[in-house]
Amino acid sequence: MGVRTGVRSGELSTGRNRLGQLLNRIWAPFSQVPLLGWLLGALIAVALEQLLGTYLARILGMIKIPALFGFAIVLKDLALIPSAILYVLLIYVLPVAVIARLSASLANRLAAKLLSFPMWVSVIVHLGLLYAVLGLWAGVSDYRTLVARLTLIGIMLTLSLNVVNGYMGEFSCSHPGFMALGAYGASVFTMVAFVDDRAFGPPLLPPALGPFMFPTALIVGGATAALGATLVAIPSFRTRGDYLAIISLAFTFIVKSFIENLEVVGGPRGLGSQPDWANLPTVFVWTVLCLWIINNFVRSTLGKALNAVRDEEMAANAMTVNTRRTKMIAFLFAAFWAGVAGGLFAHVLRYINPGTFGLQKLAEVLAMVYFGGLNSVAGPIVGAVSFNLLGEALRPLEVYKWIIIPLLLIVVMIFRPTGLIAFREFDVKNLLEPKQKPEEEVEHVAAAR
Amino acid sequence: MSLLRVENVTHYFGGLRAVHNYNLRVEPGQIRGLIGPNGAGKTTIFNLITGIYTPTEGEIWLEDSSIVGLRPYEIASSGLGRTFQNLRLWRHMTVLEHVKMAHYSKISYGLIGAFFGTPKRHREEAEIEEKANSLLELVEVRPLADQIVTNLPYGALRRVEMARALATEPKVLFLDEPTAGMNPEELTRMMDIIRRVHGELGLAIFLIEHRMKVVMDLCNTIQTLVFGEVIAEGTPEETQNNPRVIEAYLGEEVVT
Repeated sequence: MGVRTGVRSGELSTGRNRLGQLLNRIWAPFSQVPLLGWLLGALIAVALEQLLGTYLARILGMIKIPALFGFAIVLKDLALIPSAILYVLLIYVLPVAVIARLSASLANRLAAKLLSFPMWVSVIVHLGLLYAVLGLWAGVSDYRTLVARLTLIGIMLTLSLNVVNGYMGEFSCSHPGFMALGAYGASVFTMVAFVDDRAFGPPLLPPALGPFMFPTALIVGGATAALGATLVAIPSFRTRGDYLAIISLAFTFIVKSFIENLEVVGGPRGLGSQPDWANLPTVFVWTVLCLWIINNFVRSTLGKALNAVRDEEMAANAMTVNTRRTKMIAFLFAAFWAGVAGGLFAHVLRYINPGTFGLQKLAEVLAMVYFGGLNSVAGPIVGAVSFNLLGEALRPLEVYKWIIIPLLLIVVMIFRPTGLIAFREFDVKNLLEPKQKPEEEVEHVAAAR
Repeated sequence: MSLLRVENVTHYFGGLRAVHNYNLRVEPGQIRGLIGPNGAGKTTIFNLITGIYTPTEGEIWLEDSSIVGLRPYEIASSGLGRTFQNLRLWRHMTVLEHVKMAHYSKISYGLIGAFFGTPKRHREEAEIEEKANSLLELVEVRPLADQIVTNLPYGALRRVEMARALATEPKVLFLDEPTAGMNPEELTRMMDIIRRVHGELGLAIFLIEHRMKVVMDLCNTIQTLVFGEVIAEGTPEETQNNPRVIEAYLGEEVVT
């Protein structure tokens, strides 16, 4: 009996090993491709799509370029599965793989060269490339631009929620509330100051000035949210865990009912006709800013104090950490970024109503954080991107979408209980480094396999 | 002028009197011990002095200022470092991060530095890292600096806690059963480290201990606490031979 089970588990593990070996063999040629190489490949791929996409799509029997990697098309007409797969292979996978592999040594040299300058040079180059890829990809249709912007906003929300739920380990449900405060704060600011509309009358300032003042509007939104966050932060001094979760949930409801009863901003009918200043570059810049500041913060000793408070509050206190200040910072900081994200959200959709910021939103944000992984910066990005894209891709399934996505979430929780990428530091330098190893080492690793 | 003065401290938990009329003076450079059977209130006294509880009655002075009613982090930054009886480490952090964290109150780069990664922040972080490393060296855990604490053996964890307490730059170091649960080798090593810390940093130490060997070897004076009251105070020899102490520890029959 014991022997048999032993044999069986042995077979199982060799099966797993075989799969692992296969993956390793596929991955091996690409293990030396630095981020720069991937970005170059992606740039070529999206440029190719701009040039040949429509043409290829027609040949393959599709009306236009598949908006989100063919998911929507496939779900509407199953007969198009081969065409969609072929399209994705030809336009995305093949060019990216070929270019990344071929340019690997060049990209490695380039990456090394860039790192010989101060860090920010390399960062700017990479971000510029990333934006070029994103801009070209999103430039194909308005729908893609909208999805890209909402995904970036999702990243901001997830990153900021992770400050409280991941780094400080409180289960905060107040994020939709913060987002609502930010959305309304920023909207009211831009509309009172720069827009001639029914709700607030003629603009106070010349509308031409508006786009330059948009950052101020977002900061006003963030500050409104941060102000609201004191209502959750102060109880957090005395209570933790489930009780604080309830308080934060209550906060979300309070904000929602408060806005519903505030006739000045349209009450339950909502607030519309915000100026369309939240274009893709603006949202991109704000997301990068948010990512940079949050990553800076959580890697400093002041930021790690959040971890200390989470893991052992009494010890933190005895080690000179001002725990109240730390909690206050965490909540206000997270709320600020949620508010900024809310402000951007309002100016992307150009219509908001209190109902948007309810339990559905809460579930989405929480799912993104827990799917991606707690206490990490890369995790929320992965979580937000995959969750948003998946949500859009499965849109044709309508109601069933909300069965498939939660099921996926459950599957992830079974195999990776803390999310995809949890408890990992986000080291920018590591990310940008050339990946070429000395020849001998590579051979050694290959021999070992 | 004593470094630390505790005067007539009494503390009640509801109707239960946990500590009664407790007095203590710690002079610079002294090692003082506090012994007593389980439940005598030793840890309560630690918690009262370090601000986790506020005493019902009594006064506590650190150098010239009263520290009653201050929050624990304020007391810690004004010069009382401590360890905990059942290790309270931060389970997701590395050894080095633990010791750096205890420099929290000395950080002056503020939120601006934390958010924007200013040169001042990098300079300060490098400074505290250097200090932290030398403390890790002192307690012999330097090679483990980058390990997450949950990967460490028990004896090393105790030393990490000690390094962390030392990083708060205490004038008086409070050790709550520093050798609890240790095997004989770890025990000797810990005692060596306590002596070394005391010698090199020249601070006063106040320790709770169960093992007579440790207290007898290390301490200048020892208090014996039974049911929240000090029943004896004196040098190790005096304490060892005090019939009331023996009675408290071993029971009446042995004495008679």
